[in-house]
Amino acid sequence: MLSRVANSIYWLSRYMERADNVARFIDVNLQMMLDLPGGSQEQWQPLVSISGDDAAFSSKYTVATRDNVINFLAFASENPNSIVSCLRAARENARTIRESISPEMWEQVNSCYLMVNAAASNELLRSLSGFFSDVKKASQLFHGITDTTLLHGEEWHFYRMGRLLERADKTSRLLDVKYFMLLPSVTDVGTPLDDIQWAAVLRSASALEMYRKRHGHIAPEQIVEFLILDHEFPRSIHYCLTTANDALHAISGTPIGMFRNPAEQRLGQLRAELAYTDTHQIVTRGLHEFLDAFQTKLNRVDQGIYDTFFALRPVEPSAPDRVGQ
Amino acid sequence: MKFTAYETDDFYDEMFVSDSMPRPGAGLLKERIESLPDGELFARQAAAERLLLQNGITFNVYNDNAATEKIFPFDVIPRIVEAAEWDWIEKGLKQRVYALNLFVDDIYHEQKIVKDNVVPEYLIQSARSFRKECVGLNPPQKVWCHVTGTDLVRDRDGQMYVLEDNLRCPSGVSYVLENRRIMKRTFPQVFEASRVRPVDEYPSRLLSTLQSLFPGAIDSPKVAVLTPGIYNSAYYEHSFLAQQMGVELVEGRDLVAVNNRIMMRTTKGFEPVDVLYRRIDDDFLDPQVFRSDSLLGVAGLMDIYKKGRVALANAPGTGIADDKSIYAYVPKIIEYYLGEKIMIPNVPTYICADPKERAYVVDHLDKLVVKSVNESGGYGMLVGPHATAEDRAEFARRIQDNPRNYIAQPTLGLSRVPVIAEGRVVGRHVDLRPYVLYGSDIYVLPGGLTRVALKAGSLVVNSSQGGGSKDTWVLQA
Repeated sequence: MLSRVANSIYWLSRYMERADNVARFIDVNLQMMLDLPGGSQEQWQPLVSISGDDAAFSSKYTVATRDNVINFLAFASENPNSIVSCLRAARENARTIRESISPEMWEQVNSCYLMVNAAASNELLRSLSGFFSDVKKASQLFHGITDTTLLHGEEWHFYRMGRLLERADKTSRLLDVKYFMLLPSVTDVGTPLDDIQWAAVLRSASALEMYRKRHGHIAPEQIVEFLILDHEFPRSIHYCLTTANDALHAISGTPIGMFRNPAEQRLGQLRAELAYTDTHQIVTRGLHEFLDAFQTKLNRVDQGIYDTFFALRPVEPSAPDRVGQ
Repeated sequence: MKFTAYETDDFYDEMFVSDSMPRPGAGLLKERIESLPDGELFARQAAAERLLLQNGITFNVYNDNAATEKIFPFDVIPRIVEAAEWDWIEKGLKQRVYALNLFVDDIYHEQKIVKDNVVPEYLIQSARSFRKECVGLNPPQKVWCHVTGTDLVRDRDGQMYVLEDNLRCPSGVSYVLENRRIMKRTFPQVFEASRVRPVDEYPSRLLSTLQSLFPGAIDSPKVAVLTPGIYNSAYYEHSFLAQQMGVELVEGRDLVAVNNRIMMRTTKGFEPVDVLYRRIDDDFLDPQVFRSDSLLGVAGLMDIYKKGRVALANAPGTGIADDKSIYAYVPKIIEYYLGEKIMIPNVPTYICADPKERAYVVDHLDKLVVKSVNESGGYGMLVGPHATAEDRAEFARRIQDNPRNYIAQPTLGLSRVPVIAEGRVVGRHVDLRPYVLYGSDIYVLPGGLTRVALKAGSLVVNSSQGGGSKDTWVLQA
């Protein structure tokens, strides 16, 4: 398939997943604030940190109030990672490859974008909680439609890879922020407040009930285990990378366990690292250090995918024709 | 909903013989619409508009910062063309396209028609759309004009005319197919028993036409649609046609010339393409041959095309036959090549390059429509009777400065159709653009784009000037 089209499908998928995740983060935080004891300070800055946009935020706002953060993360068109911006970018990508995706996929992206745009331009009509759940549902519906209407060929593999890598990234950020910033103080560890916050993190990843089935009680190390290393939970980092790796190898035909390009090499290394580590090692090393290094490596995977499949390659020097660009 | 308050005024109406008296083919439609409960017609209209927005069936507007996409306004009352009339239109279009294609081929070879003094030499030499790079070209089967969209209009007395030939990259056919789909979804009641000829086969016809162009012995040549990109006003159509044909939609930057082939840049390296349905103008096709600042085309494309290693539809150079001055000679062109009389007449046309005709035009600007020969989309034109004295004076100046660039035609009282506007049904002017494919034979799609001037009294139907469209129903015999 065309490199440009593959690139657009990959980003269409990433942006849909990103919008979904941002909606989750905000919604769970909204719910969580309701459970805070009276007099506690509402925690909104961590949400900005999750998306990695602290600098952009502080250039626009001085204080991380509830309204400022929600506006910035959900509706601000100048924030490239806001829900509105993500869906606009998703739609723009879909529009350039409309001929390659199914009409149902396009209609879903388009109507999702129209819905969010209407909400962004009319504050009175907003029921925030309803809005976030609409975004989540729209994104899930999109994934379902894609699964059942798109050819399960190269386009689908690029699509899955985009969605899973984005999801792995967001799960890692979610954990990172909780570990470092949601923690009001060391003395809160193991208190009911701590339980509430960890439950909220799990809920952000739609993981609370599945976690309970697996581990029962809320315990930070087991949560780390569940969200990073679980083999069956579809939002765990390990699961996302394993499935993304399958998709990557389906595109090239390279057998799993071997590599023929930088994308396969980097993703394979990262996946192997996760496959052969455990919670104890992660925590001993430091969760934040682990996640930070993980994000850097994930960015290198993304760069590898770009270089391997999307970048314009020059014509070999032996060819007699001049190259256009 | 009753049509009792509808007035045909002093115009030919496509649906009514006179106020509330339907034409024979429109009786059933009138009956169906009138049997709808109160308000239902308007509700269906609103539903159709919602569907268009949801499906993102839009076109881009250049000078509008707020929203660059607009839906092409659509009216749910269909326009009906009766079987016998369509039969005549179809024959007339085949005759015209066949002759124009012979004309293009002749112009780029011996120019017999010029040597025989049928078309004046200065018109060819001064035509901006004449491409010297195409002289001596031999496209497969000598077909140049693979896709044509001919504009037809009807005057007050009921006579149909050809208003314009569009032989370069005519657009609008996607709306023909989408309008039909929207109609079926929002207004299924009116279809029942109406015996409307389907339009769905266009994409597969187009694909066959395109595949027939590749000269090599390949079973299924690789076809792609070449678009200028997402900011082009017809981008939706390019993507729609690629999708419906199941072929790639490519931009210039996706293509590269390698070893005398045109290659697509894919995730697995370069892959050759055999036929390009190009929706970019000649000027931008190849920066090595035409405009060197073009970023839309592919360097080396023309050279490979001339070697027969890639096919282009339409062939470069076809613009010579839809130059608006050449248009005036089409009746003679048909007679010269086919020895036949033109079936669908031309609108009488004054060529401003001719001193006598120019003098007449300048003296009668208040009665004429003046058009620039190289522009389309309703730009660069003067509708004399509706223009101010200053506008007319301005055009008189422009004509004197550059007479070759202008032609003039009498202002026609374009026929009208009922349209929903301002909460009621009113008459608005229309034209009709049928689509013709020319591959191994000539095919006319039974339908076409009916464009409506939505502003009261306006005669300009182009979407860039506030026009809308309707589903066009060609009835079965």
